[in-house]
Formats: sequence, structure tokens, C-alpha cells
Amino acid sequence: MKAKPENVLTGSHYLDGNHASAEGAIAAGCRFFGGYPITPSTEIAERISQRFPRIGGIFVQMEDELASMAAILGASNGGVKSMSCTSGPGFSLMMENFGLGIMMETPCVLVNVQRGGPSTGLPTLPGQADMMQARWGSHGDYEVIALAPDSPQESFELTIHAFNLSEKYRMPVLIMTDECVGHMTEKVVIPSADEIDLVERKYTDKKPGEAWPYEWNGKSIPPMLPVGKGYKFHITGLTHDEKGYPVINAEAQEKNVRQLIDKVKKNADDIIWLEEWDTDGADIIVMSYGISSRVARPAIAKARADGIKIGQIRMITVWPFPEKRIRELAGKVKAMVMVELNHGQVYLEMDRCAAGQCVTAVVGHSGGTVHKPDDIYKVIKDVVK
Amino acid sequence: MSTSVEPAVKKEHPMEKILRMDRIPHIWCPTCGLGTVVTALATALDESEIDLNKVAIVSGIGCTGRVAGYMKLDSFHTTHGRAIPFAFGMHVARPDLKTIVFSGDGDLVSIGGNHLIHTARRNADLMVICVNNFIYAMTGGQVAPTTPITAKSSTSPFGNFEHPFNLPLLAASSGAVYVARWTALHIRRLTKAFKEALNKRGFSFVEVIAPCSTLYARRNKLGTGLDLMKFYHDNCVIKHGCDLKEVDIDYQSKIIVGKFVDIEKPTYIDCLNKGYKQVFGDKYKPYGGGDGNNGN
Repeated sequence: MKAKPENVLTGSHYLDGNHASAEGAIAAGCRFFGGYPITPSTEIAERISQRFPRIGGIFVQMEDELASMAAILGASNGGVKSMSCTSGPGFSLMMENFGLGIMMETPCVLVNVQRGGPSTGLPTLPGQADMMQARWGSHGDYEVIALAPDSPQESFELTIHAFNLSEKYRMPVLIMTDECVGHMTEKVVIPSADEIDLVERKYTDKKPGEAWPYEWNGKSIPPMLPVGKGYKFHITGLTHDEKGYPVINAEAQEKNVRQLIDKVKKNADDIIWLEEWDTDGADIIVMSYGISSRVARPAIAKARADGIKIGQIRMITVWPFPEKRIRELAGKVKAMVMVELNHGQVYLEMDRCAAGQCVTAVVGHSGGTVHKPDDIYKVIKDVVK
Repeated sequence: MSTSVEPAVKKEHPMEKILRMDRIPHIWCPTCGLGTVVTALATALDESEIDLNKVAIVSGIGCTGRVAGYMKLDSFHTTHGRAIPFAFGMHVARPDLKTIVFSGDGDLVSIGGNHLIHTARRNADLMVICVNNFIYAMTGGQVAPTTPITAKSSTSPFGNFEHPFNLPLLAASSGAVYVARWTALHIRRLTKAFKEALNKRGFSFVEVIAPCSTLYARRNKLGTGLDLMKFYHDNCVIKHGCDLKEVDIDYQSKIIVGKFVDIEKPTYIDCLNKGYKQVFGDKYKPYGGGDGNNGN
């Protein structure tokens, strides 16, 4: 299915990442937004509030982030594509119902424009320190999908992609951007509607009384049931069976949790999206995501000018982690370096997958600004020794 | 020799149309008041002749939070305290449905208190049923913001000394257009209140005082659920439209019940449509066309 032309602002624009993300959501067909103001994500909500009334959408400034996340799940189960955005402290509050979305298998998109933490931290300055919270922040065992745009153009594109993944895999999808990308203004080209592919929600083709909300078969993603059509189905945050009915025992838990994990793990090759430069024959690979992948480039260029055989990987999806590719590359290179605005979160995954096959290092940072390319360059030179 | 006789027990449950019989028996204790409240809602839905395909029910967590799972409707069992915002999202996405929130006092007014007041403030077209058993029952009988002063609970073993909430006053002052309180004893009046709330446009709030025999009655040596029903019989005073400052509930003293508020006020969606229409004029397409498409 293609986007609806009347709501797509086809053309070249000068937008920041947050505004671009809002336009991506509109192009993707999002028509419910529940959010709570928080720096540095608020421009997404502001643009949506400006655009929605004219295109049949509803923007609601909710009473808090707990309500925001709950409301987008309610609206999505009502059949309307839904989104929220937040930053640090709000992300913590949303973790409760993010878990409900995972458990209920409800599609929606949540954008976290990361700032420095912990706690109130640095409201106006960048960080990438919520990456493990994105992975494990809600209680229990589950898999997530998280995307990390590195530009306003990609903020637009990945917001559409996030909606598509959320409908395809029937789960909330995270966009883990950062203050730099959110507030960076660049050229954004919005294509014509017929160039924008959308994944529409799959509803059951069975009749009421014959269909259940979670017809897990270990392969495909079960279609959803629509409300108001006589299916009279039940869904819950409790461990449940195919009917959506609570079942409180270890067997049901195994089946339910296995589904939540397998639908991401078994489809990891379809979900994972990397950009690679010069990784074939490289001695050193620099990995990063979001703004840090742009900051790493001058350091990589400088190292290459020194004659170092160096490649780069940019993770467009950070979760699920590109485990297979990293294991493969770690056996061929001498060292892998992670650049991120924290003290080694996604690094832990890279190091685990390298499993001692090569040297690993992190160029850590407490946040508040981006890395100095020279600090990255120094670590590259160190691992070469 | 055999004779055919009418079976003494009917094969069909009288509420089969509205209850999910494959989920029965329920988890509630004997003499719990919840079954009566559920019956009152089922009767109200049945007698209202509302299209049951167009009703959604949302619960939070707790004993009352299990209600959604027993109703043969599109039903959503959400997280603790968040039934109202989830239902609000559902309502805004599908204004053509009647969305009911059915949950307990701890869920709706303690952890979910902020959502209750804000959704009432917006006058969203939701029907909220709050079963108040004065205690956190599912977790084993802890003190609640509704526990009367001096009543004992597992976390107020010497008695509760905090002021409890006056729920009708809270709902009305936050903006609810329909507010009533009944007990699990007042089946006929409660059913009527549910029917009125189902037909009300805007935020309706019905508090239902219900016995928790296992935890509240036992710990406070008040007898069984039946004894609490007798207590309601002897101590409830019906005062329709009374000053809500008078409806506080003290420990084992009179309980004022009745229909307190029944007013007309534009709903959340009415207000959006009116406001945007003024700004955008005829170009504005009123929201809430229905069937989830909302004109997109």
C-alpha cells in the first residue's frame, strides 16, 4: 500500500530531525498522538499538534507519560496508527506500558530523543545512554526493535520504517534518536506519496467466533482482531494463551514469552539494517549509530590517511543487535571500536559477539556534546598498536 | 421405565449473551460483591438494547480488574492504574463505540488518580465504574486511599489514620457529568444508574460500595459478606443531588448513596470539533465519523 498523497508534503524542505520525524509519522498514516512535553523531543508533538487537526488526526497532550503510552496502545487497538515521543525521564515512565504493548503485541511507535542522564541530567544536550534501557527497560524478558537515525532525512524515513515494522511484527517499535539529530536542521527530501510503501495492519480473515487474538504458529505473525466488529476478543498484560485468556503457569509462560522473543530473533535478518564501508579486508572496524556515526567519520578518514586499513559500520537498527555479522567480522579483523555517547552500552553487545576473536574498545563519553574526532582517532591508534 | 422431566437447572446461563462462559467460574471469593455488580452491568447492557458489538470494556489490575475478562465484549485488561488512559485512547480512536472502564478503588483513584481527574476534566465520553471495597484485595488486604479512618488492614494493623478520598466529590469537582454512588445491595438502583451512564454523553462515574469478606470484613471482625450487605441495608441513606461535601464515608457509619450529578456539558470531542470549526471554518471535517477511519 502507498501513502495518501494529500497528507504528504512532497518536495525539498529545511527541517530539523524532530519535525522530519513528525512528517514521517503523518506520511505513514499515524492519526493518533498522545504525548507529554519534554525537552528535547517536544518539537515532534508541536508539529503534530499543528498538522493533525487538518488531516483528521487527533493530538492529545496527556497528563503524563504513563498515560501517553497507555493511550497510544488503546488507540492502536482501536485501529488507528499511533505514536508518542519523549526523552530521558519520560522514557522511564513509559517503560511500564511499553511492556504492555510488547505483551499485548500492539503496533505503535515511540521516539526517544535522547538527552544526557541519569535523572533530569542534561535536558537540552545530547546523550545516547538510554540504549540499554531501550533494550531491557521494561521488566520481564522480551525482544525489541530500535532504530537510530543519523540525520533529519533519515528521521523522516525511519519513522515510516518504524511504523511498517510495528505493523509487520505487531509490536511497539522504538526510534532511539538523540538531541543532536533531533535539533539538527538539514535538507529533507519528502518523496511523492506513490514512492512511500506502507505496511498495513493485517486483520484476521476469519469470522467472529472462529478467530482468536494470538494464533501463534511459530512462523508467521498472527493477524489482529478489529474492535467493534463482533469478535468480542480479550487481550491482557497477564501471561495468556492463544485466546488472550490469562493462564498462570510455566507452560503458558514458555509459549507466550517464546513468541515475543522468536518473532524478532527468527526474523532478525529481515529487521537488521546496517550500513558498511570498507569492512572487507579491514584490520579495524569502527561501529556506531545515530549522531556518533557522523562524528566518527573524520577520525576514520584521518586513520585511513595514516595507512590503517579501517572500515565503518553504522547500525540503523541497534536492536536486535547484528550478532551474526559481528561474529563473522570479529574473526577477520584485528580490532573493533564502538563509538557512542555513553560509557559502553551497545559496546557490551559488540564485545560479547567478538568473543575474544579480536581486540575491542569503546570510545566512551558522558554526553552533553558529541565526541571530539581526535578522541576517536586516539583510540583507533591505540588499538592498532 | 423412564419418564422425561424438565431439567431442574437450565442449560443456558441467563447472562450467557454477555458473560464469557468459557471463563467461568470466576476467581472471586464467596460473598464478594463483584458478581452482583457485574450482573447489574450485564442487565443494564441487555435492557439498554445497546449493540454489544459496539461496546468495549477496559480494566486495570486488581480483583475488579478481572471484570473485563469475564464480559463477552471487546475487552482489555491493562496495567495497574492505566485503564482510563488506555480507554481514552480507544475512545478517541473509535468514538463510535461505547467504552466502559470497570476497575477498583486502588486502581482508579490511587495509582490511577491523575488519569481519573484529567479524563473527567476533558469530559471524555467514557463510563467509569469504580468498585470500592475499601481495601487492596488482590494483594492481600492492604490500606487504600478509600479505607475509612480506624479500619484495619494488613498495612494499617492498628487502624488507618489517613483521611480517605470522597470519590463522588473528586469525580464531580474534576468535571464528571454523571456521578452516582450505590452499593452491591442496591441492585435495581445500581442497574438503573448503569443504564443512565450508558446513555450519558460525557464522563460518567459510578462508585459501587461492595463487600470484601475475605480481607476487609474478616480483619475488621465485621462478619461475612452477608453481614456487610445487612450493614448497607441498615445504614445507607439515599440523598439524590445532595451536597457532595457530605458524602464522606466514616468507619461503620451511615453511607450516603444516590445520584449526585446529572448535567449536560460538551464532551471532549464536541469541544475539539467546535474549536477547530471556529478556527478553520467549513474546511474543517468534524472528527468522529466512525468505524476507525475518521475520514483519513
